[in-house]
Amino acid sequence: MSADTVPASRTSARRKRWFLEVGWKYILAVFILFYAVFPLIYIVSASLNPNGSLAASNSLFTVFSLDNFKALGETSYWTWYANTLIVGGSAAIGTVLMGACAAYAFSRFRFTGRRVGLTTLLIVQMFPQALAFVAIFLMLLAIGEVFPVLGLNSKLSLICVYLGGALGVNTFLMYGFFNTIPIEIDESAKIDGASHAQIFWRLIMPLVTPILAVVALLAFISSFGDYIISKIILVSEDNWTLAVGMYQWVSNQLTSRWGLFAAGALLAAVPVLVLFLTLQRYIVGGLTAGSVKG
Amino acid sequence: MSVDHEETTTTGFSRRGWNGWGFLVKLMIMAVINAFGLMGILSAFNAGSWVIFGFAVVLLAAADFVYFSKRALPLKYLLPGLAFMLMFQVFIFGYTGYIAFTNYGAGHVGSQQQAVNAALQQGERRAEDSPTLPLSVVSKGDELGFAVVQDGEILVGTADEPLEVVGTSADGKAPTEVDGWEVIGRRDLLSSQDLQAQVVNLRVPISDDATDGSIRTRDGSTGSVYQSSLEWDPDAQTITDTENGIVYRATDQGTFTADDGTSLTTGWIVNVGFDNFMRLFTDPTIVSPLAMVALWTVAWALLSVLVPFGIGLVMAFVYNDERIRGRRILRTFFILPYAFPAFMSALLYRGMFNAEFGVINELFFGGANIDWLGDPWLARLAVLFVNVWLTYPYYFLVCTGALQSLPASTLEAADLDGANRFRQMTSIILPLVLVATAPLLISSFAFSFNNFTVIFMFNDGGPAIPGAPYALGATDILISAIWDISGVNRGVADYGLASALSIIVFAIVGVISAIAFRQTKKLEEYA
Repeated sequence: MSADTVPASRTSARRKRWFLEVGWKYILAVFILFYAVFPLIYIVSASLNPNGSLAASNSLFTVFSLDNFKALGETSYWTWYANTLIVGGSAAIGTVLMGACAAYAFSRFRFTGRRVGLTTLLIVQMFPQALAFVAIFLMLLAIGEVFPVLGLNSKLSLICVYLGGALGVNTFLMYGFFNTIPIEIDESAKIDGASHAQIFWRLIMPLVTPILAVVALLAFISSFGDYIISKIILVSEDNWTLAVGMYQWVSNQLTSRWGLFAAGALLAAVPVLVLFLTLQRYIVGGLTAGSVKG
Repeated sequence: MSVDHEETTTTGFSRRGWNGWGFLVKLMIMAVINAFGLMGILSAFNAGSWVIFGFAVVLLAAADFVYFSKRALPLKYLLPGLAFMLMFQVFIFGYTGYIAFTNYGAGHVGSQQQAVNAALQQGERRAEDSPTLPLSVVSKGDELGFAVVQDGEILVGTADEPLEVVGTSADGKAPTEVDGWEVIGRRDLLSSQDLQAQVVNLRVPISDDATDGSIRTRDGSTGSVYQSSLEWDPDAQTITDTENGIVYRATDQGTFTADDGTSLTTGWIVNVGFDNFMRLFTDPTIVSPLAMVALWTVAWALLSVLVPFGIGLVMAFVYNDERIRGRRILRTFFILPYAFPAFMSALLYRGMFNAEFGVINELFFGGANIDWLGDPWLARLAVLFVNVWLTYPYYFLVCTGALQSLPASTLEAADLDGANRFRQMTSIILPLVLVATAPLLISSFAFSFNNFTVIFMFNDGGPAIPGAPYALGATDILISAIWDISGVNRGVADYGLASALSIIVFAIVGVISAIAFRQTKKLEEYA
């Protein structure tokens, strides 16, 4: 009799302990999951609802239709999508190249002004370009009178403005990573007769690929999410990026095109989500490393 | 210095070993850069834009020196990035400073001469003794112009190009053919309302001097000379209206003002000293809403860091537990909001928080009509909620990382010394995690302080503060207030005032970051 009850009470005690130490975490996780995922589930449901209004989207998953996705083709959505890719892609590539070059110089060469240069970069990166959008607007207005290609309403000038922030934000991130590559590699290559350009392109760049990918992604995401600068530079509708264009869809309550927005947001977010989740380990490492050391 | 020298000589030697290919590529790239650079310098020279001209000359010279000299090796790698940074980050900070001290904005966009010309144009009337000239409408591409006959000569001009002689007219009638231009026939002109409107509004200046007047037409077949009733006297700096004798004097505020206080609509840019800054601090209509905005900005930035950091930290502790199965999958779902682009999330929540049709009232508040976006405090709460949703995953990830990199030996030692879990937590784990994350919290603070996208996308900074100018709203933070004041988007442009506010925000962010970084350095030393 006692032989039966003791193990029973012991298992129930163990269960209780398990619940107190571990089990409740699953229950909490359910709540957090709901909090994290509900808006995303809602937008999936709204995108599948052919009645594009806000009110109709509240009954989740009652209808299933791809009309919203088809209707995107009748708007400028795909033009904006392409613009976003062009601007974001060019900004990402440019940022990576410039940042890598600068990080290489700071990491490998010892020159006068090196410390001052690093400190200056640290200070400059504290002041966001977005705060100076009035000056950017007026400067491009002035430049446009001399070179129309680089004035307002030009994707090229938007890319140039983004590249202006390339060094400030990313050099430290990359600088730290470059420093982890042993300098002996450079030295042995130099003894074998390689030039600094060969060392940079053929030895160092392949070794730092992970940080290049992260910086490229971060640069892409930041240009993807930028509204303030793209809005003032890109004037005509066929030059807009997704952020500027999709804002127009839902900013006005009366004319809002909710279903279109939902469908467009999903199509635009999926690639970013996938990239982000694949690279998340590096991103977090990078974010942490980048802002710590000066 | 000696190291530097050694490096340059080594590389100079080895470049020859690269079969000359690298050099050839460099030569081609530099040729293209030089071609574009020279083109730019020339066109800046022609346009008389001396700042751009100077910048282009310096930049091109620097590029040629750096890439053809053997001395400036590090600069070879730094120059492209530096050039962009100087132009689009450092220069615009300085330019912001310059604008902050001017009255640049609606009505004050150019030089005094431009303002005079604009005033003279607006005051143009048909000259009384003006002859009626035979006229044809001509076009080149999109550009419209007039061809008129005067004294047996054909003259052509457009809105931007004053009249110029292009040939002689035998019969003195309206020209039917003009070299290099396409003559628009009467039938085409009559069939298009749009074109007619353009023709009636077109003014072709007679010469570069605005006082000479311009040619205009009412019917598209005859033109007459229009002259301004205003007269500009550069020596006395006055504009006189010859019709009623009112004298407008140039003021140091960049306007032409008459004795009775009326001004001409077009002014010019002048330096106004600290006026813009003074207005921000003394103008009673601006001060109180702006103070509200500033307070909310600080509260928003603090709460946007502390709340999600708290949540992330607790989550990191809770889920840094090896007994939990499927931690990787859980983590991926937890961080989904961070990976979803922020501007879309903010727009999404804008719809979800809608009072009438939003899913939040509908599903979680039983169909109640809670005015999330229209009530100041509810809107603040809601936008904060959105930002917490957007950013807690970041802190969760960062804190998890910090927890996992804690030195195991320290914790073991604490265990052996008999420290209980609470003691370990408060004396070892938390301080170490805080030291690791403090710099991130500071950058996040600076970022939230200027997080325009979420504020603007969610509710345009609304609801509006009653009686506030420039459409300032209850959730506006300083950067979105600058957006409203600048008038870049809508309303009356006041670039000077907006830039003055930018300068103040620069200063605030700079000071806070400097202090905070100093503090974290201390923290690191103690740790």
